[in-house]
Amino acid sequence: MDSEFRELYQEIILDHNRSPKNYGSLKDATHRLEGQNPLCGDHYVIYLKVEGDVVKDIRFEGKGCAISKSSASVMSEFVKGKKISEIDKYFELFKKIVRGELDPAEYMDKLGKLAVFAGVSEFPIRVKCATLPWHTLHSAIHSKTKEKVTTEE
Amino acid sequence: MASEHDVGSGAFAVGIYLTFSEFSFKNESISVAFQANPTELCICNKERIIVEAIKEIAKSIDFDPYRYRKDFPVLEQMIHGMPLVYLDNAATTQKPNAVINTIVNYYKRDNANVHRAIHQLGERATLAFEEARKKIAAFINAPSSRQIIFTRGTTESINLVASAWGEKFISEGDEIILTEMEHHSNLVPWQLLAKKVGAKLKFIPFTESGVLDFEVFERILSNRTRLVAITSMSNVFGTINPIKRITRMAKDRGIPVLLDGAQSVPHLPTDVQILDCDFLAFSGHKMLGPTGIGVLYAKINYLENMRPYQGGGEMIQSVWLERSTWNEIPHKFEAGTPNIAGAIAFGAAIDYLNRIGMSQITLYEQELTTYALNRMSEIDEIVIYGNAPERGGVISFNLGDIHPHDLSHFLDQQGIAVRAGHHCAQPIMRKLDIAATTRASFYFYNTKEEIDYLVDKLKEALKFFSP
Repeated sequence: MDSEFRELYQEIILDHNRSPKNYGSLKDATHRLEGQNPLCGDHYVIYLKVEGDVVKDIRFEGKGCAISKSSASVMSEFVKGKKISEIDKYFELFKKIVRGELDPAEYMDKLGKLAVFAGVSEFPIRVKCATLPWHTLHSAIHSKTKEKVTTEE
Repeated sequence: MASEHDVGSGAFAVGIYLTFSEFSFKNESISVAFQANPTELCICNKERIIVEAIKEIAKSIDFDPYRYRKDFPVLEQMIHGMPLVYLDNAATTQKPNAVINTIVNYYKRDNANVHRAIHQLGERATLAFEEARKKIAAFINAPSSRQIIFTRGTTESINLVASAWGEKFISEGDEIILTEMEHHSNLVPWQLLAKKVGAKLKFIPFTESGVLDFEVFERILSNRTRLVAITSMSNVFGTINPIKRITRMAKDRGIPVLLDGAQSVPHLPTDVQILDCDFLAFSGHKMLGPTGIGVLYAKINYLENMRPYQGGGEMIQSVWLERSTWNEIPHKFEAGTPNIAGAIAFGAAIDYLNRIGMSQITLYEQELTTYALNRMSEIDEIVIYGNAPERGGVISFNLGDIHPHDLSHFLDQQGIAVRAGHHCAQPIMRKLDIAATTRASFYFYNTKEEIDYLVDKLKEALKFFSP
């Protein structure tokens, strides 16, 4: 087995997959959006409670692979309490890291827990798994659509 | 074809599928259609004796996949440092040297357009192209090679029928019967047609074990039914559907039957005259041939009465500025320069399969599938979808709560190629209430050693993902 594979599926990702954080729905959500990857059937619903320009609370539920589910879980912990403008910046950074466009080593401090997804860049076919929750979150916040978000843009 | 191959098909029918019937004696051999209704099994005494004898012979058949593996250069490689174990044959099969060399040699020596040129190359290309058509006709026992239309694959073959036949003969209020286990390619073309002409789609459901519910089929057949379009083998469950029973029920009411043979034709002896289907669609690339070439077989009277599919060169007889007349079948449905190299190489694939013998292939794959099912069942955490008594070498499963994408990624790291996803059959996934499955699918070049290796790695995956 390649060490890259072990690096990708490190304990933290497997942990979040087994016991995802912020899993479930949010009754007083201000935003709700479904995201899916039609090619593999990954499907999540993201609930947000936005007050002013801050994401006060977040939940998600749905089905998908370990990469997408742990990404949603880590993301939910990461964005809670952050300003929308900040989240947007992290979304851009996260996309570039998982696509291998930036060297994660240079952004370790900023990335925090998100750094565990840097290994995705070794497996281009899994990039969509990691970014699906983020795309859904981004679209939900900016209310681009009331429809479903898909990775097939 | 050597007689021992034909002997195999009889044994295959009786020895393995006790429920098969419809024997016909031709050329002193026995050919078989697939048929799975125990109540319809009828073999007279004389036939039974012959059948018992060939059963014994069949037992002694010793199929050696390693003899054929060396013909497939792609199989001789390492993936992530491990030997490639290719178990995604329901998606596409690998190609033997005989097929690869046919493509190379065609472009090196014979390349020309067909049915146009007077020159030597044109003559060679046309001859080889039409020779391939004849080989394919013989392979499915079509009465005439005029009934073999070259297409891009199963999908285009079905779209051709939906358009050239469906739009002419199906109208508002008419009904088309499909099954709930269809691949998208035998579902979406009919959705498009139904929308266009105002027809209705009706569905034969599948049971928990992945077999069709004939009570419902009986009930939904009506005087508005214009077509029954059905897969002969499921690409998810591996179920071999009882086609003879289906065509008989439809024929009693004068309803034509279309078969999606993409999964069955590569693995089972196919005789369109015994099956009595009106249309049969299949693809070259799932049976050793190249991608981008497939076939539509149809009964002559349907072909004669169908509209053209696409307009252009080749399909016309005479063209004026404002009107045209159509070429003879099959050319009427083959507009434009066809995939000449693809068709000729498909012919080479047929030659290769014939040298082994389709009944030998079926027998061996049955043995391999039974072995795989037994070995995989050793794992408590495994759920296998579909357990039809008549099934081919397609096994869809889930392992514990490991998502199929994670599992197939893990297996890829060990050199094993399997498919993960909905297998172009989303309605099946929805009915089973699962997002996806992992699917291992076999061909005659797969070995029991590969199955053992798969099972070992599945056990390792369990440890890796849920320590």
